[in-house]
Amino acid sequence: MGREAGKLSLILLMTPFLLWIGLLIILPQLGIGYVSLREKISYDEFSFGLKNYVDFISEPVYRNTLFRTAWMSILVTILALIVGFPVAYYIAKIARQKSRAALFLMCLIPLWVSDLVRAYGWIVLLRETGVFSSTLVWLGIINTPIEMLYNDITVVMGLVYTVVLFMIVPLTSTLQGMDDALLEAGYNLGGSRFTVFRRIIVPYAMPGIVSGCIITFMLTAGSYLTPVLLGGKNSSWFTEQIYNQFITRYNWEAGATFGVTLLVFTSFVVWLGLKLTGQSLATTVAKD
Amino acid sequence: MYDLSCDRVTKAFGKFVAVDQVSLDIPSGSFFSILGPSGCGKTTLMRMIAGFETPSGGDIRIKGESVLSLAPNRRNVKMVFQHLALFPMMNVGENIAYGLQCRGEKKADIPAKVRRVLERVGLPGVEEKQIGQLSGGQKQRIAIARCMVLEPDVLLLDEPLGALDLKLREHMKIELKQLQHQFETTFLYITHDQSEALVMSDRVAVMNAGRFEQIGTPRELYDDPVSGFVAGFVGDANILAGKVAEISGDEVLVNLDGGGGRIAARRSDASAVGDEVEVFVRPEAMRIGEAAARASLTGTVDSLLFNGANSRILVRALNDQLIEVADPGQSGSLAPGATVTLTFEARRARAFARRQG
Repeated sequence: MGREAGKLSLILLMTPFLLWIGLLIILPQLGIGYVSLREKISYDEFSFGLKNYVDFISEPVYRNTLFRTAWMSILVTILALIVGFPVAYYIAKIARQKSRAALFLMCLIPLWVSDLVRAYGWIVLLRETGVFSSTLVWLGIINTPIEMLYNDITVVMGLVYTVVLFMIVPLTSTLQGMDDALLEAGYNLGGSRFTVFRRIIVPYAMPGIVSGCIITFMLTAGSYLTPVLLGGKNSSWFTEQIYNQFITRYNWEAGATFGVTLLVFTSFVVWLGLKLTGQSLATTVAKD
Repeated sequence: MYDLSCDRVTKAFGKFVAVDQVSLDIPSGSFFSILGPSGCGKTTLMRMIAGFETPSGGDIRIKGESVLSLAPNRRNVKMVFQHLALFPMMNVGENIAYGLQCRGEKKADIPAKVRRVLERVGLPGVEEKQIGQLSGGQKQRIAIARCMVLEPDVLLLDEPLGALDLKLREHMKIELKQLQHQFETTFLYITHDQSEALVMSDRVAVMNAGRFEQIGTPRELYDDPVSGFVAGFVGDANILAGKVAEISGDEVLVNLDGGGGRIAARRSDASAVGDEVEVFVRPEAMRIGEAAARASLTGTVDSLLFNGANSRILVRALNDQLIEVADPGQSGSLAPGATVTLTFEARRARAFARRQG
């Protein structure tokens, strides 16, 4: 292939990407950043400054919602790791070659249904008149129906269910790259099951663990449907605040400020996580 | 007292018997090899000794004690894996210290032990290097050091030279033998490469289809093979197929198939007159020269293969088979197309009943 043809295919390939990242990511972010720095003086009259951010920091409700969202997202990430690791290990190392693809596909099946439908699935199961509650009453274990929706446990459970797949995929692919001989060498040199797990499997899987954690954390912190549907008014999820500012209160300046804050804050948490585990983006998410 | 004994060890996977009633005894401090083609069960046997597979029958004893009930991490048998299996997330020092830490050695003693074993394998001061920074031969030595620091009763080596390039492999053969001498530990080496087995071992077991065909010193296997398989697998040999025409004492006269002529060979099994046999003749047992009375072949020179001291002359026999003849002098006096007579002493040719397939 000639140089010209190579150049042309590069341009053709890059154009959709550049259009996408430029028009749908960078431009809106710049717009949000711009709006967040606008201070409303009166109708159609603005000046620039950090007043929106000062307001955000000085209002405990907003601040606490952000921290609560971050903590719950971290909790969801940890739970997804605990649930996802054995699944990934089973698929990558224990299952037979033949059943591996089928198992992997089974993990993907929930993705064929939209988030909304999946959240309604939980509602059908957990509401006061739902499947669980009625069954328990019918069995005589409880006397009156109980409401299992609209509490933190349900929100966390629903979120783990939604994001665990994104933990399993990178973990499986990392663990698949591990030579079984490493495990056997670990035992052969005298290691117990726990030693082999702690000193060989976990360090080897670290890039996959960190990459899975970053993805699940970002997805969780930015999720909207699941916390709102399963947590109701009590969920106090930060994305809900953003929605309220933009749509309900029509306060675009505050909404934009919240959006930028969420982005900066979650990026900071990810950066902190990378620092603490001694990894970098290049060795985890961008690993080939 | 044997460091390692296997007593009628058997392993069956469903109906397939991978290892069939194998027995061996390895004396302390010797270099023992198991030589066989891939799929002969040698790796399965080694994995049973290491504890990664459970035998279907028989017993494995280390220093006289049965180890069948011991988990792999409780056996004092260490293994150098085919692809070495050095831990990529640890540096050299941590790799070697791993086993000592698992054993619960005192923290303060570990660095000194690591340093000492690295000196013994000739790589002092590489503790801080990452595995990726080492060359193939260095990795090999680290893999051995990682095992030897634990002072095992037996060191198992599973074709560890397979991944190296030829030049390095030749070098590592000698080095492995020296390391074994130096550590005075029993080595059990598994390979499909007969030259590795011959060069390094005190004793070699030739394995085929789950069974040992012969156990002996390299010289015994080479000069005194007990079966056609061993004769064909150990060392180079021309395999000439034919039928027994006459038996006189311990010699047989064989009519070669396809009208290749009649040759004399040593009678090595119970083949009777009229039976199909294979005659194994080593290239270096053949001479080019005068027609002898009974054991000779005629043919034309097909080509000359120059390879230094290993040079060969390819001779096309009357039945169109190509026969390799050693040509250590690289005489150069022959040209392709010349008619020659090949002679060899009957006692250096062996006739075995023809193998199936």
